[in-house]
Amino acid sequence: MKYTGKVHKVGDHIDTDAIIPARFLVTSDQKELGKKCFEGLEKGWVGRVNKGDILVGGKNFGCGSSREHAPISILGAGMPVVIAHSFARIFYRNGFNMGLVLLEIGDDVGKIKDGDQLEINAGTGEIKNITTGDVIKSLPVPKFMADILSRGGLVNYVREKVAKTQLSGVQD
Amino acid sequence: MEKTLAQKILQRHSQDELEKAGQIVLCKTDMVLANDITAPLAIDSFRKMGATKVFDRKKVALVCDHFTPNKDIDSAEQVKKVREFAREMDIVHYYEGGNSGVEHALLPELGMVGTGNIVVGADSHTCTYGGLGAFATGMGSTDIAAAMALGETWFKVPESIRVNITGNLDKYTVAKDIILYLIGLIKVDGALYKALEFSGSVIDEMEIEGRMTMANMAIEAGGKAGLFPADHKAVAYCLEKGFANPEEIFPDDGALYCREIDIDVTGMGPQIACPHLPDNVKAIDELLQVKVDQVVLGSCTNGRISDLRQAADIIKGRKVNKNVRFIVLPATPRIYEQALEQGLINIFIKAGAIVGPPTCGPCLGGHMGILASGEKCLSTTNRNFKGRMGSLDSEVYLGSPMVAAATAIAGEIIHPGKV
Repeated sequence: MKYTGKVHKVGDHIDTDAIIPARFLVTSDQKELGKKCFEGLEKGWVGRVNKGDILVGGKNFGCGSSREHAPISILGAGMPVVIAHSFARIFYRNGFNMGLVLLEIGDDVGKIKDGDQLEINAGTGEIKNITTGDVIKSLPVPKFMADILSRGGLVNYVREKVAKTQLSGVQD
Repeated sequence: MEKTLAQKILQRHSQDELEKAGQIVLCKTDMVLANDITAPLAIDSFRKMGATKVFDRKKVALVCDHFTPNKDIDSAEQVKKVREFAREMDIVHYYEGGNSGVEHALLPELGMVGTGNIVVGADSHTCTYGGLGAFATGMGSTDIAAAMALGETWFKVPESIRVNITGNLDKYTVAKDIILYLIGLIKVDGALYKALEFSGSVIDEMEIEGRMTMANMAIEAGGKAGLFPADHKAVAYCLEKGFANPEEIFPDDGALYCREIDIDVTGMGPQIACPHLPDNVKAIDELLQVKVDQVVLGSCTNGRISDLRQAADIIKGRKVNKNVRFIVLPATPRIYEQALEQGLINIFIKAGAIVGPPTCGPCLGGHMGILASGEKCLSTTNRNFKGRMGSLDSEVYLGSPMVAAATAIAGEIIHPGKV
C-alpha cells in the first residue's frame, strides 16, 4: 500500500488527551471524532488537514490513556499514516487494530519537517521525502502484528477464532 | 529460564514456553474490564467479530465510572448501551448506580482481582492491580473485545526494570511521592514496553493501598505493568476481600532485569509533578508560591480510605481557603461508607470541602470540577497533560493526599508540615 501526502508535524510525548480530549469521548463515530482531532493541542488544529496528509510525531507518540478514539480520530481527520520516533505501547496496539499505518523511525524523524511531501510504501516500510530527497527506512513490524494486519486487522483475526469456538452466526 | 515476576505470571497463563523477552505469547485472562467510555467501542468490535457470548460471564467487568452520574445525554446513551449489553450477556459484574465506583478501586475491594492474575482492561490504569501481585495492563477497546470473546490475549513478553526502594520515610512522605520521584527520574517513556518491578524494605513495609497507588502510575512512565511481589500482605488483603485462593508469588532468584534502580527515600519529602507532564517532578520546597483555584482528592490513584484519612488528619479543625474549591471524591461506595463511619466526611464538610459521589469525573476533565482558562489545580490524580482537567490554558499539579489537604488550607501548594 502506498501513500503520498503533506506532513503535519507534532512534538514529543503527544498524549491521547491532546489527540482527542476526554470531553469528546461521548461518541464512537469516526467522522465526529475526526472533527475534533488534536483539539487538545490547539483549538481548530484539524482545519489544516487535507485528506491523505501524513502525521509525524516525536518520541512516545500516543502516551496516556487507552482510548481507541485516538487512532479513530486521526483516521477520521483523513490521515491514514502516523510516523514517529517511537510510539507508546497501547497506542501502537490500538493503531494496528484500527488499521492506522504506524511507522517507527527513531532519530530519522529529524529528517522530516512540517510541510514536507512524503511518499510511503507501507509494505516495505520505506519513506521517501520528496521535498528533501531523503529516503528513510522504518523499523520492521513484529511478525505477529504483521499477520494481524495481513488479515485486515484484529477484528477479522478474532472472527476466525470466534467462528471456531463459539459456533456463532457471523454478523456484519 | 529464571523469570521476573511479570514473566512468571505470563507463563502460568500460557501454553507457550516462555524463552525470552520480546517473544509473543498467548495467555488466558482472569478478568477483562471496560468502562462507560471504552465499553461502547468494545461492544461494537465484539459484534463485528461475530461473537454472541462472552467467554465467561463472571470474568468480564463493566464499570460505568468516568462520566457517571451521567453528565449529559450522550454519556447517558453510552451507559445505556453498556447496560443493555450487560443484560444481554448476563454479565455478573456490571456496575452503574449506587454500587459503582472508580473501577481500579472497586475491583480489588470486591475481591474480583488478586495475586497472580492476568487482568486486561480498556483503561490505561488497569496496571493498578500490580499492587496485588497481578499482571495487569491497559489495552484498547478492540483488544478488550477480543479478550471478552475468547478469554485470551497476546502479549509481547516484557523486560523488567527492578526498582529497589530502601530508607526511611518521614511522616509526610507516602507512596505517591515515591512514584512521582521515580517518574521524574526515568521520565514518561523510561519504562516504555517494559514492566516495573518493585522491591526493597520500603515496599515490604508498605500497605496494599500504597502499593496500588504506585502500580497505578506505572503507565505514566510508559510501563506495561507495575508489579509488586505477591507477599503475605497481598495474600492477606485478597483473602479479606473474598478473592479465591490467593498465593504468594515472587520473581525467581537470578531473573534477568534490563535495568536496576536503587532509590533511598530518606529525606525525600513530598514531590510534585508540575505542568504539563507527570515527569516534570520537583521537591515541594522548590515550588514558589503556586496559588491554586482547585484541589481534587480522589481517583484510582488516591481515592482510597487511607488517602482520605491522611488528608482528613491534616485538615481536621481547619478551613478550606476562601479562594479554593476543595473537591473530595471517595473512590467507591464502601470507601464513602468507611469515611462516614470514621468521621472523615464530617471533617471535610466542616472544613468547607465539596464531597461528591464516586466518579473519575474531574481527573480526565469529564465533569464535577472542570478548570477555566488561567486556573490552577493541585490534584491527587495521575495525569497533568495540557488541558487534562479543562481549558487548554489551565494547569494541573500532581501530589499526595496530605499535600492536597495542606494546599486546600493554604490556597497555595505547600508542605503539609507547614500548615
